[in-house]
Amino acid sequence: MSLEKPLIHFRRVGKEYGSTVVLENINTRVKAGEFVTLVGTSGCGKSTFLKMLLGTEQPSSGSALFDGQPLAQEPGPDRGIVFQKYSVFPHLSVRDNVLVGLEFARSPWLGRLFGGARQTALAEVDHWLEAVGLTRASHQYPHELSGGMQQRLAIAQALIKRPRVLLLDEPFGALDPGIRKDMHQLLLKLWQEYQLTVFMVTHDLTEGFYLGTRLWVFDKTRHDTQAPERFGSTITFDLPLEKTGRSDLVAVESSLDESRRLAPAA
Amino acid sequence: MSHQRLINRKPSRALAAFLGALPFLMLFFVYQWGSDLRRQENPKDKLLPAFTEIGTAMNELALQPSARTGEYLFWQDTGSSLRRLSIGMGVAAALGLVLGLAIGALPLVGAPLSPLVTAISLIPPMAILPILFILFGLDELSKIMLIVIGVAPILIRDLCQRTKELPREQLVKAQTLGANSWQVIVRVLLPQITPRLLDAVRLSLGTAWLFLIAAEAIASSDGLGYRIFLVRRYMAMDVILPYVAWITLLAFCTDWLLLKLNQRLYPWYYANR
Repeated sequence: MSLEKPLIHFRRVGKEYGSTVVLENINTRVKAGEFVTLVGTSGCGKSTFLKMLLGTEQPSSGSALFDGQPLAQEPGPDRGIVFQKYSVFPHLSVRDNVLVGLEFARSPWLGRLFGGARQTALAEVDHWLEAVGLTRASHQYPHELSGGMQQRLAIAQALIKRPRVLLLDEPFGALDPGIRKDMHQLLLKLWQEYQLTVFMVTHDLTEGFYLGTRLWVFDKTRHDTQAPERFGSTITFDLPLEKTGRSDLVAVESSLDESRRLAPAA
Repeated sequence: MSHQRLINRKPSRALAAFLGALPFLMLFFVYQWGSDLRRQENPKDKLLPAFTEIGTAMNELALQPSARTGEYLFWQDTGSSLRRLSIGMGVAAALGLVLGLAIGALPLVGAPLSPLVTAISLIPPMAILPILFILFGLDELSKIMLIVIGVAPILIRDLCQRTKELPREQLVKAQTLGANSWQVIVRVLLPQITPRLLDAVRLSLGTAWLFLIAAEAIASSDGLGYRIFLVRRYMAMDVILPYVAWITLLAFCTDWLLLKLNQRLYPWYYANR
């Protein structure tokens, strides 16, 4: 591990709802510039982990630091998010959807920019629309866009704020395989070009292996067949992906199959 | 001949238009037939006046100045009623938008106000009409207040619900774009709630008319409701029937205009449903 200060540092972090333990004993460090993919069976807590980074959920125990500070209790502009759906505003055009992030920062009361300030901001907006390949759709509304284009828009929206981390919650889960491949290329291009730090939850193991520089598997290490809620998941595999090969994918797959078999029918 | 199931068979546009008009035509002819029958027995029958009598009565009210006041009574009635209705609906819609949005968006506002609004919405407005007359007098204000009190709580509760129904993802997204609470309200919630307000207003217009007619019937000196209840004493069906038809037409047109306005202003709202 390098001496560089980690951007994210979790020590013995746990999350429980009442008597149901979702996550336990999460210990990890992530440096700026990493692309972490989070995989696991449904209900394994990978989305809960993402929500803690996002600020919509708080850890129940342990210490979770973001750039040396405890994680914020609510979402903020240093952490961008793309959900599987509902990420874009249906009542705003493509351009306004991206512009609104700048308007929030530059116009506290009206939340709107006019005249010269708007023109300056729009130049910035157009740069990001070009980066995600939406220039030709700038005056359309989200309902006129395909699912893939809506996700491109959601990414541009997030990136214009230049967040410290980009959080992706199954962003391509609802897309066709062909479109998904295009989105993978786009995401890798943006990640390299803008040196993003990315956390991406996916249920597609191959996608996780293909995109990430680091892959986390969330799974339970202890099972109680009588009371499955007693034990939570933790990070069971933490693979640096530059050095891994086909054998790791097979190992993770069989491990997940095993825990699916152990888990009571959901 | 098609072999489709009944549930899959749809009328063509022309057939649908004809089928839609058919009940109205039938009502028209049944009325005329009934009217003729009764007038053969008693030429002075008042219950089902002939269309010519209705025409004469309406000509007097709508096209001749009143001998007593010099006003065109029908148009004066229409103007007064529409003014009360639009002021009442306007105030109720403004209250519904502001309070519904505040209660739906801010839990700290909802906690004290939500139970109160629910309680108020359960009071039958007609039961407190006497209180309104005592408080606001017998003039315009009490009639408008009846509409406001009858409609605003429904609108507030509906818009609060609509606000809460907007996907949570959008609120989170706005926060990650740096929005403060006020900006979330004015740029994310308000614009998406406005078309839903117009929908809610359309649905509550029927209720508003009910309270308007009731208030006019009890204490007024003009208005469509006032006239209907005034001429009831003379069993003047030749005035009551066209007035009811006119109110129906006005209600239909308002509803249609609001729908078209909504579709014109917020095309994305209709595309998403």
